[in-house]
Amino acid sequence: MNVVVLVKQVPDTATRIKIAAGGAEIDRQGVNFVVNPYDEFAIEEAIRIKEQHGGQVTVLTVGDAKAEEALRTALAMGADEAVRVDAQVQDPMTTARAIAFALRDLSPDLVLAGKQAVDDDQGQVGPLVAALLDWPQVTVVTKLELTGEGGVAEREVEGGIEVVEFSLPAVITAQKGLNEPRYASLPGIMKAKRKEIRQISADASVTGEPAVRTRSLALPSARSAGKILTGMDAPAAAAELVRLLHEEAKLI
Amino acid sequence: MILAVLEVQDGALKKISYEVLTAARAADEALAAGGVAALVMGPGAVQAAQGVPASAAHEVLCAEGDTLSAYAGQAYAQAVLAGAEAASAQVIVFGATAFGRDIAPRVAAARSAGLLMDVTELFAQEGCLAARRPVYAGKALAEVQAAGPQAVAAVRPNAFAAQAQGGPAAPARALAVEVDPASVRARVREVRREAAGRAELSEADVVVAGGRGLKEPANFGLVEDLADALGAAVGATRAVVDAGWRPHHEQVGQTGKTVSPALYFAVGISGAVQHLAGMSSSRTIVAINRDAEAPIFKIADYGIVGDALEILPKLTEEVRRAKS
Ligand SMILES: Cc1cc2nc3c(=O)[nH]c(=O)nc-3n(C[C@H](O)[C@H](O)[C@H](O)COP(=O)(O)OP(=O)(O)OC[C@H]3O[C@@H](n4cnc5c(N)ncnc54)[C@H](O)[C@@H]3O)c2cc1C
Ligand SMILES: Nc1ncnc2c1ncn2[C@@H]1O[C@H](COP(=O)(O)O)[C@@H](O)[C@H]1O
Repeated sequence: MNVVVLVKQVPDTATRIKIAAGGAEIDRQGVNFVVNPYDEFAIEEAIRIKEQHGGQVTVLTVGDAKAEEALRTALAMGADEAVRVDAQVQDPMTTARAIAFALRDLSPDLVLAGKQAVDDDQGQVGPLVAALLDWPQVTVVTKLELTGEGGVAEREVEGGIEVVEFSLPAVITAQKGLNEPRYASLPGIMKAKRKEIRQISADASVTGEPAVRTRSLALPSARSAGKILTGMDAPAAAAELVRLLHEEAKLI
Repeated sequence: MILAVLEVQDGALKKISYEVLTAARAADEALAAGGVAALVMGPGAVQAAQGVPASAAHEVLCAEGDTLSAYAGQAYAQAVLAGAEAASAQVIVFGATAFGRDIAPRVAAARSAGLLMDVTELFAQEGCLAARRPVYAGKALAEVQAAGPQAVAAVRPNAFAAQAQGGPAAPARALAVEVDPASVRARVREVRREAAGRAELSEADVVVAGGRGLKEPANFGLVEDLADALGAAVGATRAVVDAGWRPHHEQVGQTGKTVSPALYFAVGISGAVQHLAGMSSSRTIVAINRDAEAPIFKIADYGIVGDALEILPKLTEEVRRAKS
């Protein structure tokens, strides 16, 4: 089984967001970048598939040279090969086109991605890639089983679980619960350092124009200071809270 | 024209469908697009179509048939594309639900249209559809704009007021959809529903969520009592889900559900950023925490500093009294 995992480098979720001068991007100064947490589930799943069915795991990112750090982390976990598509990250559509372009060359049996990147919170790139390649997809997957030509995946929906049957090649997006990602081993880290990262260039003739433009980024307006009841005993505090919710907020 | 893609369950429209109708009208007003058409698909579509008020849409397109008998993204995407064609729609609006998030990108890719995902507000800019959407787990708000006149939007549940129900129904029309079965290579085989009882978390108007501050699983009985008194859904943090105290489907946050109820109770919850990502767009937030410095108080509209185990039973009592 030849598996490609889509990996994005993102700011650590604990990052305090500051907006850069242009107003449409964050200030990257001093930000700690990590592998998107949902992509870690995807990497882990790919390694397990290889361990069970044989084959190869290739990790792929679209981005600049800095994004190679994320690829090295994935290599240290146990991925075999790494590819960086050298293109500017603009919007999900251009990213997906760059990925689809690279995948034609890599011709995997299965593509794993994260359910969403925790910076732009889009959850678009996985299904967009599937659509561009005319492959089936299963999104937000918490359980995956492969059977030769296809597989069965469970995905979270409102009020339950959908069990989806699919054929390969396919795109699967990973949700927490799929597995417990392993830590990189020391030999893995050493090996990852020396590994050559293949580069594919994708210019505007491949990516086309963005379909969505980010015009500005703003910090949400601070919520006005709340009414916090302190130093009251439980019965008094409960009565006062219900009174406020009833008379002031008109919610009860 | 704006196409509102509605969701059906057991022959009726789901709550999100009425929110999608409101959002579609907002898009129509912003773009002067000539009106709203609605689309219902799959088993029970014709019956559910009767729930679309004439005040919300010019007409309802109904797509049924074997290829739509169980959810299959590739088949449903073809039905939406056919619906957009039939309605001459320039913009297609979905709910940002498990369904909408799965299918909207496929539809956007097929139309080479920009997809405004998980948006809380829709408006026009330079003649194109534009929106506001939370990014960085809700720590920032982005203003995004489709690059061309064709656009797709998926609206966050509970961000748009639901269209009023009742009155005469919009006229319905059957939509013929030809789907080549060979083009459908993923299909739902089975749906395992959670036992119904309380309101569904992502649709609920009131949510009572508990965290590690409840000390042990049995104390969640106090959370459930308050939820029942309020007619609310129960939520949980990842910490208590990972500990096995509560089922995963109750988890609120980045790895769980996104909720925007009118009223959210955070009980014994510290307010970690990944939890806030799932609930910070709630309209009114109430926090109960022993620690006055807990980050959750920064976004709370109301709060009590104190022991949740003592406060919860009293609160339930007071709510029952206020409601009776
Ligand atoms: C990639 C990633 C994704 C994540 N996704 C999610 C997610 O989707 N949802 C989520 O919730 N978390 C998520 N987390 C975890 C998150 O970072 C926090 O660890 C978690 O939300 C903490 O849960 P908690 O508030 O229940 O526990 P704690 O942080 O331990 O807080 C317990 C609170 O209870 C208070 N308390 C203690 N005793 C009492 C008492 N008797 N009465 C009242 N208050 C009391 C304490 O003061 C404290 O504030 C994620 C983390 C990562 C890294
Ligand atoms: N620049 C990128 N390079 C590689 N994979 C990406 C990139 N952007 C997004 N992805 C993949 O698509 C998933 C969803 O991202 P998004 O649509 O941006 O929320 C991520 O979890 C990654 O698996």
